[in-house]
Amino acid sequence: MTVSLIVNGQRRTVSATPDTPLLYVLRDDLELNAAKYGCGLGQCGACTVHLDGKAVFSCLTPIGATQERQVTTLEGLGTQAQPGILQQAFIDEQAAQCGYCIAGMIMRAQSLLDRNPAPSDAEIRRHMQPNLCRCGTHHRIIRAIKRASAVLGSQNGKGDAS
Amino acid sequence: MMRRIQSKALLASFSLAAVAGSVIAAAIIYAPEIKPVERPLPTSFDPGEVAKGAQLASIGDCIVCHTADGGRPFAGARALPTPFGTLYSDNITPDEKTGIGNWSFAAFRRAMVNGVARDGSHLYPALPYEHFTHVDDADLRAIYAFLMTRQPVEQVQPKNDLLPGLGFRPLLAGWKLLFLHEGPSTRDPARSAEWNRGKYLVEGLGHCGGCHTPRNILGGEERSSDLSGGIAEGWIAPALDKSNPSADRWDEASLFDYLTTGIAGGHSAAGGPMGPVAEGLSTVNDADVQAIAVYIASRMKPESALQKAASTVATLPRDVASQDPASSKSTIAHPATDTLFAGACGGCHMPGAPMQVTGRPPLSAVSDLRMTNPRNAIQAVLQGVAPPSGRGPAMPGFADILTDQQIADLLGYARAHFTDASPWPDLTAEVSAIRKEDAR
Ligand code: FES
Ligand code: FES
Repeated sequence: MTVSLIVNGQRRTVSATPDTPLLYVLRDDLELNAAKYGCGLGQCGACTVHLDGKAVFSCLTPIGATQERQVTTLEGLGTQAQPGILQQAFIDEQAAQCGYCIAGMIMRAQSLLDRNPAPSDAEIRRHMQPNLCRCGTHHRIIRAIKRASAVLGSQNGKGDAS
Repeated sequence: MMRRIQSKALLASFSLAAVAGSVIAAAIIYAPEIKPVERPLPTSFDPGEVAKGAQLASIGDCIVCHTADGGRPFAGARALPTPFGTLYSDNITPDEKTGIGNWSFAAFRRAMVNGVARDGSHLYPALPYEHFTHVDDADLRAIYAFLMTRQPVEQVQPKNDLLPGLGFRPLLAGWKLLFLHEGPSTRDPARSAEWNRGKYLVEGLGHCGGCHTPRNILGGEERSSDLSGGIAEGWIAPALDKSNPSADRWDEASLFDYLTTGIAGGHSAAGGPMGPVAEGLSTVNDADVQAIAVYIASRMKPESALQKAASTVATLPRDVASQDPASSKSTIAHPATDTLFAGACGGCHMPGAPMQVTGRPPLSAVSDLRMTNPRNAIQAVLQGVAPPSGRGPAMPGFADILTDQQIADLLGYARAHFTDASPWPDLTAEVSAIRKEDAR
């Protein structure tokens, strides 16, 4: 079938069997390789992207279910030259070890900051629950999220929330 | 005019009832304070008694309601949503200021069997004293010993957030008059000691009826429909008697497995609020859980059928592994949905999927797909199933992945494919309604 969806703000049309995971389409057809394949079973979060603004496992999202919906991947948050606020915070905190989980971690965390720019520690921990990191960089990941939250706070303080 | 007269008459009889009611009520509302005591030393309790209390507290699952998410055990402050507003559980650690540190055994006993706090105020029936009232004193003493030897935690719970008027605790005296039936649970001398033990635990500490018995409009349990199924935190607590559509597929052994591990071969996995119950029971001695299983099994079917159950389980109505999805009636009825199912669900729920190889129940065995009411199946797809301790079956929620229509299509397909039950009507509307409920 032909599926038309909006990926990182751009309309993309792909042809795939409807049960193909969104993850495969992103990586194989659209060359967006940030989202990773970890388990394919919705148990690790390496494949996390946003679907209509909510963090979802792209390995469990059949492409047939995404007709006309909005997808954001890590590539949609910024570029190497101009990383987004949360991406920069992950760099500043050196929050990646092997890095395999990080794209998913950032997307999961971004969905929290989008709805609550100043989450408490407990909220961060609860929200990040579905995503696993086999290297154990959790403390740095949490620090990075708090750093991004602080930057967002100071921007808002200056009345520059763009 | 007729209307006016009627309403006047109604008003008059109401006020009469109110006066009579308040006279009776005044007599039962009042409960004296029980003098505070100095916190008993942990060493003053017999370790054997404390260990027994630990087991009993696990059967009662005190820790679930009395611990906030990520909070210290038994320190309370967990939000308990009820149809009447949100209650916050009490701190039951032996902290003298904010917990029950200065409660004597008499005060503790009165709270459990009469629902009255040490200071004389009435407790909300979120503390299931409708059930705890049947617990005998020796067991209450052991639980008291267990609680008084926990780590004291100083923590005050947030203020309850109830519908207007319900914050007035003396009202609870009236509620108790209607629904609190004090006294020991009755024994059936014709039955085995094990069965009677099970009955005692189910009716008392286990407070199974708290979820599995329907409640009336005032929140009291319908005693005449004991264990015929209720609702808990948006999930159906299935009937534990013959009216359960899967009753013939459960037996003592599978109930025992289910209660101790949250999963039983060829059966469902514990979802929603049942997860923590199974987690609690996993730490309880086998004899007591077995007794509970024996009693529940007897409620689900007459004695003669008990032996037959094992063979029924072996022949499930549909064997997924042997089915070719392409030619099945489900594919014919839901042609577009088999690919959606393959993409969203197949990774775990198709024949040969890793989850099935590790002994997780196939959908053909899952009770939720067979119930007359689709609520639990919908909740499982929307919220997923999370093992409370991080061990056990974990299913991710699909609320943010799939639309109401897609979830309805998938469930319709799964019901047709994996069971012989008739289709659920109005599924899409049901999914939308439950999604709204969950969002609150
Ligand atoms: S790859 Fe999607 S959750 Fe693991
Ligand atoms: S950094 Fe290696 S898995 Fe998280």
